[in-house]
Amino acid sequence: MTDLTRPQRFFADRFNVTPGLIDRLLGSSLRGRVEDADVYLEYRINEELVIEESVIKKASRHVSQGAGVRAQAGTRTGYAHTDDISLPNLEEAARQARAIADRSSASGVMAVPGGTPHDLYTLAEPPIAANLERKVDLLKRIDAAARGADPRVRQVIASVTSEDLVVLVATASGFTVGDVRPLTRLNVTVIAEEHGKREVGTYGGGGRVPLDHFLEQDRWRRFAAEAARQATLKLSAVDAPAGTMTVVLGPGWPGILLHEAIGHGLEGDFNRKGVSAFAGRLGQKVASELVTVVDDGTLPNRRGSLNVDDEGTPTGRTVLIERGVLRGYMQDKLNARLMGMPATGNGRRESFAHPPLPRMTNTFMLAGEDDPEDIIRSVDRGLFAVTFGGGQVDITSGKFVFSASEAYLIEGGRITAPVKGATLIGNGPDALTRVSRVGSDLQLDEGIGTCGKDGQSVPVGVGLPTIRVDGMTVGGTHV
Amino acid sequence: MTSALGDVLVSVLERATARGATAADGFLIEEREFSASVRLGEVETVTHSQDQRLSLRVFAGRASAAASTSDLSPASLERVVDEATRLARITAEDPHAGLPERGELIDRIPDLDLEDRSGDDPLPEEKIAVARRAEAAALAVDPRIENSEGAEYGDRRAHYVYATSSGFCGSYATSSFSVSVSPVAAQNGEMQRDSWYTVARKRARLEDPEAVGRTAAARALRRLGARKVKTVEVPVIFDAENAASLVRSIAGAISGPSLYRRASFLVDRLGTRIAAPSVTIVDDGLLPGALGSRPFDGEGLPTRRTVLVNEGVLESYLLDTYSARKLGGRSTHHAARDGSGVTVGTTNLMLLPGTASAADLIASVDNGLYVTELIGFGVNGVTGDYSRGAVGLWIENGRLSYPVEEVTVAGNLLEMFSAVDGVADDLVLRDRTASPTLKIARMVVAGN
Repeated sequence: MTDLTRPQRFFADRFNVTPGLIDRLLGSSLRGRVEDADVYLEYRINEELVIEESVIKKASRHVSQGAGVRAQAGTRTGYAHTDDISLPNLEEAARQARAIADRSSASGVMAVPGGTPHDLYTLAEPPIAANLERKVDLLKRIDAAARGADPRVRQVIASVTSEDLVVLVATASGFTVGDVRPLTRLNVTVIAEEHGKREVGTYGGGGRVPLDHFLEQDRWRRFAAEAARQATLKLSAVDAPAGTMTVVLGPGWPGILLHEAIGHGLEGDFNRKGVSAFAGRLGQKVASELVTVVDDGTLPNRRGSLNVDDEGTPTGRTVLIERGVLRGYMQDKLNARLMGMPATGNGRRESFAHPPLPRMTNTFMLAGEDDPEDIIRSVDRGLFAVTFGGGQVDITSGKFVFSASEAYLIEGGRITAPVKGATLIGNGPDALTRVSRVGSDLQLDEGIGTCGKDGQSVPVGVGLPTIRVDGMTVGGTHV
Repeated sequence: MTSALGDVLVSVLERATARGATAADGFLIEEREFSASVRLGEVETVTHSQDQRLSLRVFAGRASAAASTSDLSPASLERVVDEATRLARITAEDPHAGLPERGELIDRIPDLDLEDRSGDDPLPEEKIAVARRAEAAALAVDPRIENSEGAEYGDRRAHYVYATSSGFCGSYATSSFSVSVSPVAAQNGEMQRDSWYTVARKRARLEDPEAVGRTAAARALRRLGARKVKTVEVPVIFDAENAASLVRSIAGAISGPSLYRRASFLVDRLGTRIAAPSVTIVDDGLLPGALGSRPFDGEGLPTRRTVLVNEGVLESYLLDTYSARKLGGRSTHHAARDGSGVTVGTTNLMLLPGTASAADLIASVDNGLYVTELIGFGVNGVTGDYSRGAVGLWIENGRLSYPVEEVTVAGNLLEMFSAVDGVADDLVLRDRTASPTLKIARMVVAGN
C-alpha cells in the first residue's frame, strides 16, 4: 500500500488544500447533483540534461502544477482546470464543471473505487533527486562509449530526463488516494557518416527506477553500443522490399504491433461509442489461438505501471485476448459505468489540464513454445524486424501502421541483408489471426514508450515474444 | 494585464542578473481556453481552463540553462531563478551561446491583427450549439452516416510577453477559434471515419459549421468500399492537406539544429537544386490575421518573409541565433520557445501555387494513387527515406475511380521533390502550413 499521507501532506503544506477543504468543495458544489465528481491535484518537476558534441549543452528544469475538477452526469462531463491551486480558483472550477451536469437528471449514486492501491515504485532515491554531477558523468561516459564504438560515428546526442509527479485524487464519494510517481529515461542518438552518406541510430530505456538502473548490468554501455550499431549497420542497408510477405517480429519493443493493432481498438470509449473495429466483438475469435494478450499496470518499476490510475482506481491485469478470443476492454470509470462493466484501472491523463481517457499501461503477448531460431528457419522468404519507431492506428477502419527502423531480409531460413526503414501496415481485426508461431522468449521493452491519444501523451510499455505473422504488407521501395 | 505580466518577467530577469547571470531572457504565456464536444447531438465534455507559464533562459558567461514554471508566486519564481543559475554551472562554455545583439531586436511591434477584438464572447450554450450544428449537418448528409466520433468547438486567447536582461520587453495577444467534426460512415459491416475542420484567428472568419459538417461527411462516405491494390510503382498525387505534410518535412530538414548536427538529408545543400523548378517554398510570418503570424520570434527578432526554396533551389535555412552562429551565418528570425528552451519553428509555411487545377493533375494520370490521408511516422529526416501508410482514391484513366486503404507510399523526399511534375493552383492557408495539390511522378505503392 502506498503512503497516502505524503501526497496529502504535500498539497496541504504547499497550497493549503486539506482533505476537509476538498470534501467541502465537492460536497457543497457537486454531491447529489451528478453521478460522479472528482478533484485531481498535480505537482510535477521535470529535469533534462543533454550532451551533444561531447559537452553538456542543455540543462533545464520545469515545474508545473494544477488542479482539475470534473463533474459527470450521464454521458456528460464538465471539466475545468487551473494552474493556480487556491480555494477561489477551485471553487470557480467546480462551478464551471457543475454547469454542464446541472441540466441532467443524475441518480446521485456514486461508485467507490474498489481494491487497494499497489506499491510498485517506492524508491530510496528517486531519479530527480540524484546528484547532477552523477548524471553529467553518466552522459559523458555514454558519449565516449558511443564515439569509441565505431570510427564512422560522427555525432552523439544523449539525454537523461527525470520526473517526479505527486498526484492526489479525491472523489465526491469521500474517497481520497494519492500517488508519487518517479520516472526516468535515458536516450542515445548516434549519427554515423561514411562516403557522404548519413544514418541515425537511437536506443534508450528507463522506467520508474532510480538513476542506478542505468549503471546496473552496464545498461548505459549497452544503450550506447546499440545506438552506434544501428546507425552504422544502416549505412550498408539495401532498399526494403515492397508488398505482402511473411514477417517475423523480434522480442520486446516490436510489441508496439499489439498496441496499434488491437490495443487502442479495445479502449472502452471507442467501443462504448461503437466506432471501434472491435465494437461488439467480445467472445469472438480475433486472433490465432497461439495468442494471449494482457494489459498489466501492476508490474513493479515499469514505465507504464501505476499504483492507481488517474481516477484513483488501482491498476490491474486485464486479459484482452485469451487464446485468440476477445475477452475484455480497458476502461476508465465513465465508460465502465456506461457499458455496465468494471473499471479496470486504465483511466489516465497527461496532466491536470486534461480529463481522463481509457488508456493502455503495459500491453504484451504471453510467451509461446517455439524456439525463436526455429521461427526464423521456418521462413523461406520474408522480413525480420527487430526495432521500430512509432506507430498509428485508424480505430474505425482498423488499419494500423508501425515503422521498422532495423530489419533484415530472411532468405532460405537465414537472416541476410539489413534493409532500410519501412512502414508495415495491417488490419487490426485480422492481423493477429495470421500469427502462426509464438516464441518462448517474451521480453518487455526497455522503457521508452509514449502513447498519444486526443492530444494527450502518457508513458506506456509493450512486450512481445518472437512471432511469425503470415502476410503483412511491407512498405518498401523495392518492387 | 500584459504590463503586469511584463513586470513579473522583468523582475525575474533582474533577480537572475543579481544571482550572477551575465544575461537572461524569458517568455511568459498566459492563456484562457474553452472547448466543448458533442456527440450524436448530446454534450460530451465541456472544458474551461486558465493557464500561465514562465520560461527562463540564463547565461553564465557562455554557459546557459533553462527553467520554467506555471507557479508565478514570488517564492516559486525565486526557486526557478535559483535552479536555472545552478544548472548553468554544469553546462559547458559554448562560444556560440548568447542572446542576439540588442540592435537586432524588434523596435516597433506591428499590429498583425491576430486577436479578435469584436468583444463578443458567446455563452457556452451558444458555442456548444455551433458544434451541434456542424455534427447535425454531417449526420444529415446520407443515411450511411450512422455514427459519429463527435464535433468539437474550441476557442483560445493568449498573451505572449518576451523580455531580455538587456532591457527589451515586448508583447502581443492572439486568439483562435476552431470547429471540427468526425463522422462515421458504415455500409455492409465496414466502418470509415474521416473529419474536417475550420480554424481562424477571428470568430467571424470561421467557415460555416454546416459546410464543415457536410465536407466531413463527404470525406467519410468516399472511403466506403475501400480496398487494397497490388504493389506497383505509379504517379502519386497528394491532396493539399497531405502535401502540406511533405512541406513540413522539408522545413525540418533545413532547420538549424538538424543541420549543425548533420542529422539532415539537406546538409551542405544551400544554393543547390533540391526540388523541381515548379517548387517554391516561402515562410511568411507577417500575413495579417494568419494563424502562423507573429510580430517577433522567440528571441525578439522581427518576423519577416523568407524564400526558403526558390524554383527548386534551396535559398535559406531556418535558423535561430545559436544555430546561425554555429553554422557561420545570421539568424533568419525563426527562433521558437518550447518547454526546454529555444528551438526553431516556422510561421506561415507555404508551397506557392502553380497554374494547373487539381482536376488537371488527376486527369494527367492513367493509373495512380490520389492520397487523402497519411498515417504513421515513417519519415527519416537524416536520409529522407519516406514510407507511410496511406488512404486515398485510385486514379484510372484520369478519373478518381475507387477508394483504397491498407497501402503504403514509399520513396525518398529528395527524389520525391525532384520528381514533382505538377503543382496545382489550389493553395489555401487553412492552417500554419499549406500546399497546393502536388503530383509526384513516381512512388512505390505497396499492397497485395
